[in-house]
Amino acid sequence: MDWMNAVIQGVLLGGLYALFAAGLSLVFGIMRVVNLAHGDFIILAAFLSVVVVGVTGLGPFLSLVIVVPLMGGLGYAVQRGLLARTLDRGVLPPLLVTFGLSVIIQNLLLQIFSADDRRLDAGGISTASIGIAGQLAIGWFPVVVFLAGVLAIAGLQILFTRTALGRAFRATADDQETVRLMGIDNRHTYGLAVAIAFGIVALAGVCLGIRTTFSPDIGPGRLLVAFETVVIGGLGSLWGTLMGGVILGIAHTIGAKLDPAYRELTGHLVFLLVLLARPQGLFAKPVRET
Amino acid sequence: MTAAGYTIERGTTASRLGARAGAVLVAALVALPFWGSSGDMRLMVEFLSMLTLAQMWNLLAGYGGLVSVGQQAYVGLGGYALIVLADFLDVNPFVSVFLAGFVTAAFALPTAAVVFRFQGGYFAVGTWVVAEVYYLLVANSSALGGGLGRSLQAIRGIARAERERLTYWVALVVGVGAVALVYVLLRSRRGLALTAIRDSARASESLGINVFRSKLFVYVVAAFGCGVAGALIYLNLLRILPTAAFSVNWTASMIFVVVIGGIGTLEGPLVGTTVYFVLREFLADYGAWYLIVLGAVAILVMLWAPQGLWGLVTARYGLRFFPVQRRVRFTNEATRSDARRSGGGDRAPLGSQA
Repeated sequence: MDWMNAVIQGVLLGGLYALFAAGLSLVFGIMRVVNLAHGDFIILAAFLSVVVVGVTGLGPFLSLVIVVPLMGGLGYAVQRGLLARTLDRGVLPPLLVTFGLSVIIQNLLLQIFSADDRRLDAGGISTASIGIAGQLAIGWFPVVVFLAGVLAIAGLQILFTRTALGRAFRATADDQETVRLMGIDNRHTYGLAVAIAFGIVALAGVCLGIRTTFSPDIGPGRLLVAFETVVIGGLGSLWGTLMGGVILGIAHTIGAKLDPAYRELTGHLVFLLVLLARPQGLFAKPVRET
Repeated sequence: MTAAGYTIERGTTASRLGARAGAVLVAALVALPFWGSSGDMRLMVEFLSMLTLAQMWNLLAGYGGLVSVGQQAYVGLGGYALIVLADFLDVNPFVSVFLAGFVTAAFALPTAAVVFRFQGGYFAVGTWVVAEVYYLLVANSSALGGGLGRSLQAIRGIARAERERLTYWVALVVGVGAVALVYVLLRSRRGLALTAIRDSARASESLGINVFRSKLFVYVVAAFGCGVAGALIYLNLLRILPTAAFSVNWTASMIFVVVIGGIGTLEGPLVGTTVYFVLREFLADYGAWYLIVLGAVAILVMLWAPQGLWGLVTARYGLRFFPVQRRVRFTNEATRSDARRSGGGDRAPLGSQA
């Protein structure tokens, strides 16, 4: 029964990991940029929510109304002001700039908020649970986060396949030059893509903050989780990302069940195994040659 | 046509004068224990370790095109290799510093089998994941002291003054050795291949260069260098903690130092390491601020002066103390104009055109 419980918790945790991964995958898919500060932006969003809750007295859920647009705007600004200058200049510039941002954000948060653990208090829902047969109980909040993850993935899927903006994203990812001939401002499109990615990052940060404690230094760890989720699921496959999150989530809860110290290690090992066995990821679509 | 129509020049005036000045400087540094304080020696050990790390990252990214964010794996493994060699196997601790490099190079081979499946940005995060795996394995191993780390025991019987002097000399060998190693490597055939790969992997492959083997070679050499530097750092500190030894801040410092100084040159890491220590001394009272400032400066340099501070100097004065390029100098007029027509001639070496 305990193991069953661990698996169920792992599946639900996978929803949060899919939220982590969606923003990373979106930016990489469109611009081929790996944002090394991705995890730190998640933690930044959680701290923003702490500030918003403190100033306005709103709950963490309602703080999203302010945090999501703020992070979206920040994403747009980061893209237009910094990342845009690094594109088409090789591998190093975008990595260096995002790595620099990672170090800067992490240490600024440390200076402002200290290294203490914090948590967003969402009231009753963070502890409420649904009892299922015997000792099995599922927390309400993990279910909500899982659904948020599914909705974010579904939303991105619809955005990409059904909307004009999604077509613009795909077209820009394929060929910037031609897209400009078609009357699309590729710089603005990139900005919007990063803004949407940061909106999801904001959601991920607030969910993380309600679910567990956080401190300024855990950003890089979230980046690695997001990265492993994307790679396990397979690049370019949104539902694969959700499955990647679920697999990694289960690995973490099962690992923690064996010994709390093995939680992360089990996740990394599962990731490496998948990588060695199937480098393109478990759910990758066949690659189209362009 | 005579073969004497041109000569290949590999030195510059600056490199010949610099070699002499460098010899004097190294001689003065060898004698530091006799004219400097123990604080000076400690600072120099830190300077030389950082210089070594920076040269290794420069070799990796500036010449191998491998942007690794996981070099802390080898700093940590090097530090722990020192502990294992010196404390568990009774090897002389000063000798162990160099042997630690072979241990980390051995770890680099299986690591490469995993991380070389990635390219570009994914390679960067992949190396970081593997560094985390090594960190977690060490932090969970009770023989190595687990999360609490260990102190270096083997050094206990040695008098403090002697220990400081020997540590310093080892550091000097390591630091000067790292610069010399990269210099000699880049001037060799292998260096020529690396430069070609940096400029175009596809074109160099068509000329018969084995790109994979060249990159693997660079990766293993950098692991060796970072391992030696890691062992040196913990020979100096005498106490190792897994969180600190495997901290990504090692790689952050390497990257910032190389980018600020000038990637793809040997002078760059020297300039960058100096900037690093000047900043650290100035901002010593402000905690984490020096990392924030360092990161911000690195971003600014990358965006607006991608060749780094040393790149600004070469652009302006053409100074090169460590020339790794080959320059063709024509000795008669006919070959010169031939070469002009065919578009050859004295091409400036490239900084970091990935």
